[in-house]
Amino acid sequence: MIEVSNLTVRFGGVVSLDGVDLRFEQGVCGLIGPNGAGKTTFFNVLSGFVTPSAGGVHAFGEDLLAMASFRRARWGLRRTFQTEQAIEELSVFENVAMVHEHSKLPSASRRREVLESISFVGLAADPSAKVGSLGARDRRLVEVARTVVGKPRLVLLDEPAAGLPDDETEHLSSVIRQIPEHTGALVILVDHDMGLVSHVCGVTAVLDFGKQIALGPTAEVLRDKRVIDAYLGTEEVA
Amino acid sequence: MGIGEGGHGGQAPGAGQVAGVEEARDAGQALRPSSEGAARGPVFAISRVRPETWVRVAAVTAVLAFALFAVPVILSLYYVDAMTQVAIYSIVALGLGVLVGRVGLYSLGQAAVLALGAWTAARLLFATSLPFPVVLLAAGAITMVLGTVIGLPALRLSGLYLALITLMLAGAITVVLSTVNFPNGGHGFLGYNGNLIHIPPIRRPSLAGSDAAYYRYAVVVAALMFLLVLWHVRTRPGRAWAAIRQSEPAALAAGINTTRYKLWAWALASFVTGVAGGLLAGSAHFLYSIDFPIQNSITLLAVVLVAGAFSLWGAIVAGLLLQLLPALFQNWGVSSDWITILFGVGVLQVLTTAPRGLADQVPKDLRRLGRLLSGATRRAAPSRTGTT
Repeated sequence: MIEVSNLTVRFGGVVSLDGVDLRFEQGVCGLIGPNGAGKTTFFNVLSGFVTPSAGGVHAFGEDLLAMASFRRARWGLRRTFQTEQAIEELSVFENVAMVHEHSKLPSASRRREVLESISFVGLAADPSAKVGSLGARDRRLVEVARTVVGKPRLVLLDEPAAGLPDDETEHLSSVIRQIPEHTGALVILVDHDMGLVSHVCGVTAVLDFGKQIALGPTAEVLRDKRVIDAYLGTEEVA
Repeated sequence: MGIGEGGHGGQAPGAGQVAGVEEARDAGQALRPSSEGAARGPVFAISRVRPETWVRVAAVTAVLAFALFAVPVILSLYYVDAMTQVAIYSIVALGLGVLVGRVGLYSLGQAAVLALGAWTAARLLFATSLPFPVVLLAAGAITMVLGTVIGLPALRLSGLYLALITLMLAGAITVVLSTVNFPNGGHGFLGYNGNLIHIPPIRRPSLAGSDAAYYRYAVVVAALMFLLVLWHVRTRPGRAWAAIRQSEPAALAAGINTTRYKLWAWALASFVTGVAGGLLAGSAHFLYSIDFPIQNSITLLAVVLVAGAFSLWGAIVAGLLLQLLPALFQNWGVSSDWITILFGVGVLQVLTTAPRGLADQVPKDLRRLGRLLSGATRRAAPSRTGTT
């Protein structure tokens, strides 16, 4: 459960997030909006890369903003990046194990948990292969495997399907759907692929110009007139 | 600076990827039957020891044996002394390699860090009767603390600005050292006496008094420093550094305390450089602040990039370039100015054709040459099956 209240981020004169109030309970939740709506800024606030000028974020009863960014991973915050960031010169295994070894979790079960995560995302590549030698799909899966290893509580996926062909997006969506059940984590998915969002997200919130304009069951939200207007543009929204 | 980026961006995008995927698939199938047995092994050992590893162990043993037993016999005293300096500067290059190659931190202050180690060791060697290895450790430890302080700006700066700040700090250290002078056996905290006519030489370890013995001693110490760095690179800090070098946000998102691991890198680099400084003090007998000009730091960075900051072999190549090449040139009567020009051309060469340095390029080129040659002989003598 994550509760965001009055979250505001200003970069100079630009207001990226403008008093956002959000509440996601469980499962996979969507966060959509046109380009520049503030979705990635929202993720960066949760990750600790951006300090908000106002507002608070409470996740599972804890004040997320009070934690140093690297401690949030230890606490159970995991994320992927818009441009995939698996570490090229390390092996698949090392990439995933790295998250585990900095999580203060017992190292005795590390090997098993890491291999489990790799097979959970359906990655067929040799765990000892360097990530630099993998293709785009496999690298993406390595990143997702990093989010499920250990004890994740809050998983942020930033456009995980961007640039993937349809059949691979399908595989990814089935993996994402299983994350809450498999790990107990709350997943927040940002993506422009509405097919993927409506397929995996029970609840979806919509941001537009840093403001939350809709929140509810995904099918309803996608039919909402304000949402359609935000995407297609109207005379009033300018 | 595009050098660090070129380092890992240098992966061939097209053919390399396809080949890599196929390799991974083959290896993935091969892994499954053995995974049960491997599960009991150490956490990070995925597959059993590869044949490649044995080749590496054999190569390292051969190089070490050659350096320890053949070099002092084959070479004249002049070159043995030069090789002592090669061993010492390999350690310095090793330390800079940790910063540049592993973490992506550009330091232009390593010559000053080396001077700190040399000063500390010289002071301890005059003032105490501590055994030489203890002095080396102490010089390493004190330099580690001071060098980590130099590294503090790296927590906020990177690239050109970091290089500039470390250069300025190195300048400041050089000024201080030339004011207080290097110890020469005098009294007081600084151990310097300007009136001494007969300056006692800096002492050497009792078992390595002669130049050849001291050379062997330096090689052994260098080997230990390489082991220390290899151990770091292969374990948790090495993985954390690889993540920081590629992307700091990704490292933070993986739970890595980037501040701690950056300082750790400075500490390790400064420790080995301090130990190298101690060896330098013993090899030189007399030390002067003029021995550590600021431009040495710049040459050092250039040579480390040419030789290859991304592999440990690169540090040895850097040591050879820095110390053996000038000795050869001097022996041949070639002006040492050519060396600077040569290093300049080398940097250009590396930046344009081999971002991972000579240590990576030369074996690759040799392999390519081997393939070319074997291809040529096969074509000259066509096989019976008629494949071309």
